[in-house]
Amino acid sequence: MLGIIMAVIGRDLKLAMRRQADIVSALFFFIIVVSLFPLGIGPEPDLLRKLAPGVLWVAALLATMLSLPRLFADDHRDGTLEQLALAPHPLGLVVTGKVIAHWLVSGLPLALIAPVLGVQFDLSADALVVLTAAILIGTPALSGIGAIGAALTLGLRGGGVLLSLLVLPLYIPVLIFGAGAVDATVTGLGGEGHLSLLAALTLASVGFAPWASAAALKIALE
Amino acid sequence: MLEADNLECVRGERRLFAGLTFRLGAGELLHLQGRNGSGKTSLLRMLIGLLPPESGEIRWQGEGIRTLAGELCYLGHLNAIKEELTPLENLLAAARLAGEELSEDDALDALEQVGLAGREDLACKYLSQGQKRRVALARLVNEKRPLWILDEPFVALDTLAVDWLAGIISAHLQRGGLAVMTTHQAVNIPAGTVRELRLG
Repeated sequence: MLGIIMAVIGRDLKLAMRRQADIVSALFFFIIVVSLFPLGIGPEPDLLRKLAPGVLWVAALLATMLSLPRLFADDHRDGTLEQLALAPHPLGLVVTGKVIAHWLVSGLPLALIAPVLGVQFDLSADALVVLTAAILIGTPALSGIGAIGAALTLGLRGGGVLLSLLVLPLYIPVLIFGAGAVDATVTGLGGEGHLSLLAALTLASVGFAPWASAAALKIALE
Repeated sequence: MLEADNLECVRGERRLFAGLTFRLGAGELLHLQGRNGSGKTSLLRMLIGLLPPESGEIRWQGEGIRTLAGELCYLGHLNAIKEELTPLENLLAAARLAGEELSEDDALDALEQVGLAGREDLACKYLSQGQKRRVALARLVNEKRPLWILDEPFVALDTLAVDWLAGIISAHLQRGGLAVMTTHQAVNIPAGTVRELRLG
């Protein structure tokens, strides 16, 4: 069981490394969108501190969306997805591997760069730590939920827009608790409660989403 | 033994075939023929379980199609190879993802047999159409699973490669394997029993 997940992760990471433009462009999109806000709003530290959690999280959602359409599309186009569906192990395990690989190349880099970007918003050290933790804990949920949308829109014309309409509303809980964790830290309430809820969302979606995606993929393959 | 019982296929509003029944035993090859759009690929997709038949039943060793997983090798008209990976990486990854054991030496040997010696380390995007097809076919060299479903395996191959592939399929039949394939070309499979089925 673990073997097949590791095999999928290994293959997807190798493919991502050969096609680094995809990873880099989503990361730069995140950096640029976040950096535009302090430039547009001007040097008002109080306002920036208030805006920071929301801006960083919305940018993280959009950056994750960028790479979602290709999650299954490449495998679908070249026939690999059929082969994966025919293999003796459940397709849900394959999708679990793909979701983890997607997080490693899209969510993890966002979490690593987020504290640097947070400095532009004059966030305190405590808030930066919580921000990084929140993005680290919350982004796997984005990959998981996104996988369902990517599977449902596989092979559709104009699937990219439909994917955003389908997935972004489902991202709202992650956005609320993710931004809420940083907010609560800034106002001195402590973000542990929000982080726990975020972790629960992640566990639920990474555990459940691959199986829902697998069911959708089987329909797409018919 | 692969059995199809009274299969019916409906795509969109059109009924492609109905009442299709056949039995295929060890060492037999079923050669599907028919015009474009007569339902050859649809039938293959039913046999591998990706397309549920409108009515009728498919059995493998007397049981439902679910028991097929792990005993089936499918080669579609898509090559299922990754352009960014080298032929060697493609073979090894395909085997791992199918839950099969494949050593690097066996994989290199397979690539040599399909005439890709010296190109093992070249990304597949630099290969020609025929060479990509050969990478996909190299999977068959070390394939031990008993049922092969081949959709147009001879497309884009030169005459030498066609003869080689016919030999590989013969060897598979001689080992007691089964195969179902579609092709428009006249191909001579030297060993095993070839049965023909015309659709449409």
